[in-house]
Amino acid sequence: MTTTTDPAPITSTTATTSTATTPGTTKRRRVRPPTGKIIAWVAMGAFMLITLFPFYWMLRTALSNGAALATDPGSLLPVEFTWGAFERVLGLATTAEAQAQGGSGASLNFWGYLLNSVLVATIITAGQVFFGALAAYAFARLRWPGRNAVFFLFLIALMVPPIFTQLPNFLLMRDLGLINTYAGIVLPFFFMTPFAIFFLRQFFLGISSEVEEAARLDGAGHLRIFFRIILPMSTGPLATLAILQYIQAWNEYFWPLLVGSDSSVRVLTVALGVFRSQTPQGTPDWAGLMAAALLAALPILLLFIVFSRKIVNSIGFSGIK
Amino acid sequence: MSTLTLTPTTTDAPARPDSKRNHRRAVRRQTWVAIAFIAPSLLGFAVFYFWPTVRGIYLSFTDYDVFTAPVWVGLDNYARLFTDETFHNSARATLLYVAINIALQTVLALALAVLMHRLTQSTFIRSVVVMPYLVANVVVALVWFWMLDFQIGIVNEGIQALGGHAIAFFGDETWAIPTIALVNTWRHLGYTALLIFAGLQMIPKDVYEAARTDGASEWQMFWRVTVPLLRPVLALVFVITMIGSFQVFDTVAVTTSGGPGDATRVVQYYIFDLAFQRLDFGYASAISVVLLAVLGVIAAVQLRLTRAGESDLN
Repeated sequence: MTTTTDPAPITSTTATTSTATTPGTTKRRRVRPPTGKIIAWVAMGAFMLITLFPFYWMLRTALSNGAALATDPGSLLPVEFTWGAFERVLGLATTAEAQAQGGSGASLNFWGYLLNSVLVATIITAGQVFFGALAAYAFARLRWPGRNAVFFLFLIALMVPPIFTQLPNFLLMRDLGLINTYAGIVLPFFFMTPFAIFFLRQFFLGISSEVEEAARLDGAGHLRIFFRIILPMSTGPLATLAILQYIQAWNEYFWPLLVGSDSSVRVLTVALGVFRSQTPQGTPDWAGLMAAALLAALPILLLFIVFSRKIVNSIGFSGIK
Repeated sequence: MSTLTLTPTTTDAPARPDSKRNHRRAVRRQTWVAIAFIAPSLLGFAVFYFWPTVRGIYLSFTDYDVFTAPVWVGLDNYARLFTDETFHNSARATLLYVAINIALQTVLALALAVLMHRLTQSTFIRSVVVMPYLVANVVVALVWFWMLDFQIGIVNEGIQALGGHAIAFFGDETWAIPTIALVNTWRHLGYTALLIFAGLQMIPKDVYEAARTDGASEWQMFWRVTVPLLRPVLALVFVITMIGSFQVFDTVAVTTSGGPGDATRVVQYYIFDLAFQRLDFGYASAISVVLLAVLGVIAAVQLRLTRAGESDLN
């Protein structure tokens, strides 16, 4: 791997190694010592380790017996391995069992919150992608007066910090009687997110107009062109956008905390916050917390494992353009 | 910015002499189609972006406890900002957080991006690196809250194993803000690095080859080639991270709730506190107007200072 990515491998790596071990015999400006490269890989390894370790630590803690964690806090392996924490979080353990392993005995209703998270994230994503695609088509493929002005307005909306709009939006939801309803959690995100429009517009602009014109000659209207030509041609970017928006909606905390704190509509992020503050005095139920945190992150991690290439490659694209 | 350029006029009617009226009719029909297509987004914009902006600015001039009608108080809320010690403290805490977060994140992300760029194109490595960013703030906050626990957190175990004293990361007034900054740096580092990485890939390879032929070292190439050519990307990344970090909330809410004392009562948490615990919506709105103004000015100044629009490649 090292040899293929080096832009100017004048000598092979083995040759470089041997020259470096006999100092003074080579012209150093032509052959870089491999130590630089080794240091670089070590640094890279350190970055990876720091990135991955907390994930491992979540797992290690979640598989430990909560009551025994303090006896061996430095152990790299689970302390008294048990599935107890997961059973506790998923409601499979009795209160007595839970308390024996350091749980608070309070139930988390994980499945209910999971369902809420899935519902909310799915509805938000569907709305954002569909309405975003409609708007992006109007911006990219149609000519109409005021197009640039409206686009500029949306661009500004992208810059406004969420906290600024969320206080008045909370009041609006209260006036509409939508506090602690799914509608209240979903609505502000549902119709429009500037990011979705920009993301798709950028792609629609790149679609060749020839196909579109051929369809128009055949008498196809814009609606037909949009549904039969543009959307099928854009499944890749649409999927990428959907994944990104789903992750974002899944992770949202502030807004659902404001309007959806009631347990009937509570999503997982909010539930985790509540679960964390439910620990009375003494030590929190770390094993249970980590199990819950891991389970809450699991759907996203699975999505990511399946679609990592799409997600990773979309980042520069969406962030810079 | 490339986002503002227009589409070439692909949808024009063919240029026949008698087509002028047809053309105008086509444009008018397109306008109606466009209005229909954009209606849902426009509705969302009007109701959830524009209207709250107007309402937020209006409320900032009122005294409003949510239960009775807002009372116009003119500039009172803004005057109060000057004497409110808690606000000053929260502004200081936020600035400290932003400073630490930006400095760490930019330097580390640049280092990581250059490492990835020079060492490997592996999607696997890039995936691993961006993973923390995909996990909810709440989850990240909980994990680090546990790992940095004073008594049995693994980090303090490590520090003690090396002969140091345990640190109350979230419980000590001097440590709390740097700790939260570190935690969020961990979450955002990979994402920021990927943004910079995308910028690095836009630099043509032959620039590096030319530099190498001239005998430049890796270090020289970094400072003479990479950094100048990367300036627009860095500026943009800087603005994005800066605007993001001024709005730190989730981590604070889950870990310290503003404590110890007021050490981590950052601006957004203070706004939340005022509005929802003390029902002082008018004053809370005034602070969010100030936050909005500050962010706007920062974005404008930064983009100008760093000449983000132009790169040495042009």
